[in-house]
Amino acid sequence: MCVTCGCSDDGEIKITNLETDEAEHHHTHTLPDGTVITHSHSHDTHIEAPQIHAKIHNTTISLEQDILAKNNLLAAQNRGWFKGRNILALNLMSSPGAGKTTLLTRTINDLKHQLSISVIEGDQETANDAKKIKETGSKVIQINTGTGCHLDASMIERGLQQLNPPLNSVVMIENVGNLVCPALFDLGEQAKVVILSVTEGEDKPLKYPHIFRASDIMILTKIDLLPYVDFDVQKCIDYARQINPQIQIFQVSATSNTGLEKWYAWLIENLKNCQH
Amino acid sequence: MHELGITQNIVAIVTEHAKGAKVQRVLLEIGKLSAIMPDAIRFCFDICTQGTVLEGAMLEILEIPGLGRCRQCGAEIFLDKPFGICNCGSVRLDLITGEELKIKEIEIEELCV
Repeated sequence: MCVTCGCSDDGEIKITNLETDEAEHHHTHTLPDGTVITHSHSHDTHIEAPQIHAKIHNTTISLEQDILAKNNLLAAQNRGWFKGRNILALNLMSSPGAGKTTLLTRTINDLKHQLSISVIEGDQETANDAKKIKETGSKVIQINTGTGCHLDASMIERGLQQLNPPLNSVVMIENVGNLVCPALFDLGEQAKVVILSVTEGEDKPLKYPHIFRASDIMILTKIDLLPYVDFDVQKCIDYARQINPQIQIFQVSATSNTGLEKWYAWLIENLKNCQH
Repeated sequence: MHELGITQNIVAIVTEHAKGAKVQRVLLEIGKLSAIMPDAIRFCFDICTQGTVLEGAMLEILEIPGLGRCRQCGAEIFLDKPFGICNCGSVRLDLITGEELKIKEIEIEELCV
């Protein structure tokens, strides 16, 4: 039994640092309903001697606070900001190299005369993608997250002040290339778009279910390479629908101009829906 | 690792509520379908709490199992991933539990003179 907290468990782990002689405990308990409780504490928990005439006791405060509350509040503000300007904002997420920037530059060039698209580029380092977008004549800002693996609502809020997108336009937010973390962070977008290339393997939706569950749209890119890669499109679609039955799917190739018209029609239609 | 950002959020929220008092214990609720790894939170917790009122605090984590309800037949099924197939064959499930990401309670030190 642990003398500090009184719990006992067969799976008790104790880690002791022989340099400092500090011992740390980890305990895990599983309740009948499957809830797992773990806690850790140092055995040398050092409480400073109370002052004379003073007594230290602990008070428990119930918080019930959502850890992502601050991000979600900022995201809601961003959503209102977009709505007030009739802007369609999309959060594009994918692995690195799935073809987000190529699809984006193609989309901007093809729709130049029909709608205005500005871009927020998220990458850990470099402004390479933003430079590619700039060549199309679109407004673009680059957010470098450094060690961060995803964009968050606060970065978008700051980015929008710099970008200053026009009314009645589309804002494409190209998230950091990563199929895990971006799924958790609401940016205030109208829709989340997950981009998957046929060079990545059809079982990606099963391997990274959170992002496919969170997305409204899946765009299958590089379909011009299907003759050269072992990729079963129907299986991939079935997997994606198993995770997220409502997901809408487009199959495109930005280099051979295949399937883009349906994606463009969706964009134009949804931008119209943003108009009051 | 998004758990670092999440842990920084935890430290910020707890610090705000502790109002300068030393924090002895933090109780979190993390759903098993939330894409947050408790071990990673624990790892980050030690680093993020250094030099704050949370330094040395005990971290308790309640991992809430995933539970889904079938939209077709209403059956409830345990889930270890954020998707699944009901016995009736439907994949249309509403997640009831398992996506929690909460600070349930904190314990702070109070000095009574």
